[in-house]
Parts: sequence; C-alpha cells; structure tokens
Amino acid sequence: MSRYVPSAELAGRVVNGEVYAIARLISRAEAGLTEARAALAGLYARAGRAHVIGITGVPGSGKSTLVSTLAARLRTGGSKVGIIAIDPSSPYSGGSILGDRIRMTDLVNDPGIYIRSMATRGAMGGMARATMDAVDILDAGGFDTIVIETVGVGQDEVEIARASDTTVVVSAPGLGDEIQAIKAGMLEIADVHVVSKCDRSDANRTLTDLKQMLTLGALTADRPDWQVPVLGISSYTGSGFDELIDALTRHRAVALHTESGRRRRVAIAGFRLAKTAENLLLERFARASSELTPDFAERLVRHEGDPYSLANELVAASFGKEDP
Amino acid sequence: MAQPIRVLLAKVGLDGHDRGVRVVARTLRDAGMDVIYSGLHRTPEEVVSAAIQEDVDILGVSLLSGVQLTVFPKIFKLLGDKGVNDMIIVAGGVMPDDDVVALKAMGVHEVMLQDTPPDAIVSTLTRLVTERGQR
Ligand SMILES: Nc1nc2c(ncn2[C@@H]2O[C@H](COP(=O)(O)OP(=O)(O)OP(=O)(O)O)[C@@H](O)[C@H]2O)c(=O)[nH]1
Ligand SMILES: [Mg+2]
Repeated sequence: MSRYVPSAELAGRVVNGEVYAIARLISRAEAGLTEARAALAGLYARAGRAHVIGITGVPGSGKSTLVSTLAARLRTGGSKVGIIAIDPSSPYSGGSILGDRIRMTDLVNDPGIYIRSMATRGAMGGMARATMDAVDILDAGGFDTIVIETVGVGQDEVEIARASDTTVVVSAPGLGDEIQAIKAGMLEIADVHVVSKCDRSDANRTLTDLKQMLTLGALTADRPDWQVPVLGISSYTGSGFDELIDALTRHRAVALHTESGRRRRVAIAGFRLAKTAENLLLERFARASSELTPDFAERLVRHEGDPYSLANELVAASFGKEDP
Repeated sequence: MAQPIRVLLAKVGLDGHDRGVRVVARTLRDAGMDVIYSGLHRTPEEVVSAAIQEDVDILGVSLLSGVQLTVFPKIFKLLGDKGVNDMIIVAGGVMPDDDVVALKAMGVHEVMLQDTPPDAIVSTLTRLVTERGQR
C-alpha cells in the first residue's frame, strides 16, 4: 500500500504547481477532511491573484465547448488556465456522469491547463465550499485564470457562477424557447452575455431577442461601472472570442479598481462565509443529533409532539441550548 | 460523509465503439459513483493526464482492438514517471486469456471481460477501493 501524503506536504507541492498535489488536495477539500484544513488555510493566504470566471447557461447551450476554445485562446496569451466543470449528481443514487471534459479533449496535453470535474452532491454536499476551495488551490498553484462551468438549473449552481469575479451567461439558438435564460432567472447575474453557436443561421434571432429583452431593462441588476455586453460567438469557427476576451479583461479591471467591484468582492466573501458556516453547522448537527434522532422519530410517530416542536427540541438537545 | 468513488472510463485505440463503456458508465453512476468518460480514441498520455488531473480512484481502460499489451505498459510507465502509485487500474473489453494473465502480471488490478455482469463490476470496483484504503 502507498503512503498517505500529509496535506501540509501536498500544499507545498501545490505552490510549485505540481498537478498530482493540486488534484489530491482538491479531493481532500471536497471531502471536507479536517486534516486538510490547515493546509487550505495556508493556501488561502497565497491565493487571490487569479481571475475567476463563472460560465453558466441552460443544458446544451455550448458552455463546455466555449470553455475549451476560450482556454486555448488564453493559453496563446501565456495564461495558465484552471477549469472546474460542475455537473449535477443523480438525486437517486448520488452518483454522476461528469460529461463536460469530453468537450475539452484538445486541451489535455497542455500542462498549462488543468481540468477538474465535480458533481453537485445535492444541497447538503457542500459544493459551494468545495468549489471555492478548489479555486484557491489552483490560484495558489499559479493558475492565472480559473473558469467554473455550472449548469444553470439549480440555485447552488447559479450561485457558484455568481460568486466569480466575472459571470458569463450563455444562451444558444435552437433549444426551443428562444431566450431560455429567462426561465432560470439567470439574465440578471450576467456581466457578459454570450449567444453561442453563431455559425448557425438561427443565432441572429436569438441575439436580437436577447438584446431586446435587455433593453427592456428590468432584467439587469444595477451595475454602476459596467455596460453588460451581448456577444455572438462560435466555438467552432472561433468568431467572437477576441471580443469575449476583451470584455473579460475590461470587466476584470472594473472588478479590481472600482468601488462597485470592491462591494462585489465583499458580497462574494459573505456568500462564501455563509456557505462554509452552513456546512459546519450541518456537520456539527449531524454528529450531535445522530444518536438522538431515532428517539425523537419514535415520539413523532406516537404523536407526542408536532414536527416543528420536536425538531426544535432536537436542535436544542443537540446543540445544548434553546432557540430563543 | 463518504465520498463517491471517482472513476475515469477511457477508450484507447482505434475502435470506434463506445456503447459498452456508456452502459458501464450509467451502471456505475446508478451505484453512486462519479464517472468521467474520456471519449473515443484517446492516447495513453491523454488518459493518464486526465486521470491524474481528476484524481480518480479508478482508471478503467476499455479496449476491443487487441492493443492491450502495448497500451498498459505505457500507462504504468507514465503513471510511474509522475510518481502516482495509488491509482487502481482496471481493464475491460475483449481479449484472450493469455493477455489477461499478462496484464495482471503487469499490475492491472482486475480485468473485466465484455460479458461481466453489471453487479460484478460494481462490487469488484468497490472492493478494490476498500482494499486500497484512505489516500
Ligand atoms: N453549431 C455549433 N454547435 C456547437 C457549438 N458549441 C457547441 N455546440 C454543440 O452544442 C452541443 C452542446 O455543447 P456543450 O459544449 O456540451 O454544451 P454544454 O452547455 O456544456 O452542455 P451541458 O454541460 O450538458 O449543459 C454539442 O453538440 C456541441 O457540439 C458551436 O459553436 N456551434
Ligand atoms: Mg458542459
């Protein structure tokens, strides 16, 4: 059997950009291993330089293909690019098929690119915490740009995209409803709108519709220093990517150098703290309540109380104090 | 909380059939594992890079084209060069008995031929990860 490499040792190798160490430490962060916490804390202190870009959009809108082309373009500019591709876990088995990577096969031989697939694990899985830990690890490992792909279907997934420096919302022609983003309530989180697959003739219609929706105004959040661009791209021909990279670069400057950018960083940090605290509470409660829960369940079955009061009592008994 | 077992399923070589791999992928997902599929026609270099980046517990390589005796030595060499010694390597597909023996001698943990029932695949992989222990 092989030796267990302590997380502190891995962290040192992460800083040297060693892929094996980065990958293993991300696994430990995902598992929420207590042993890894000090190592992660050390890396957090070194992180904060990377540009974190969230890409979201409805299933099949071309996100992974876009990420692949974008990463290749950024590489020619010399950036190291980390990619975190998130797919939903099956609600039935908890397992998943992580299919984004298959659209990024052109990138696999480039040591300046790191691709990691992650599953959502359901609401209790701590995906938000794990994703942001992974971002720090890659950041400390010398990756200049970190792209997070999430499917815009669940709340958590969309929040991940929102917790990035720059959020790109992808819409595509030919997926039935012309502006699918509206349904998922994604329009207002976009810093950059992209209509993908613009090599198709029906993409113009999607572009026009989207621009029209946006001029109605109601769907864009207040952005004092930023005009949200609507860009048509094709990942097949590469058209529109110069404009996309230009928009990402300009938005980054706004994020770094304006008061609105600073407020946003504080909001992201607040989201991260809240998610991390939520996970800590859940873990603590799960540990503290596991022995008590069966008794409470028996009492509930016997109607010795209602679900709300018994749950309240269970929480109080687990944490050792009453909810005021 | 126990982490799902992570598996990379890879197709190496020229054959263009991946129905079998896709069925296995769904079986493993339904057994609660996280499954990454490499796509067709991957080189050993690509497979090993992906497996390391994804930090999978298990690398499953499926071949129908009779190239196993050249592919697996390359995979082990590449993993060794990168200092990876705790990945579980499994082969699948169609091959003669002699090759099965040769692969196991090389360090392949298990060879599952095409007619292996889904339950047996799941229980074998689960056992291999349990035997490996924490990493
Ligand atoms: N015509 C055209 N098709 C594209 C383009 N980009 C992606 N596609 C196709 O759109 C489909 C979905 O592409 P993906 O990149 O997997 O989309 P996705 O949004 O990542 O999908 P999920 O992760 O499953 O939500 C595939 O069949 C692609 O080949 C493009 O630029 N032009
Ligand atoms: Mg995708």
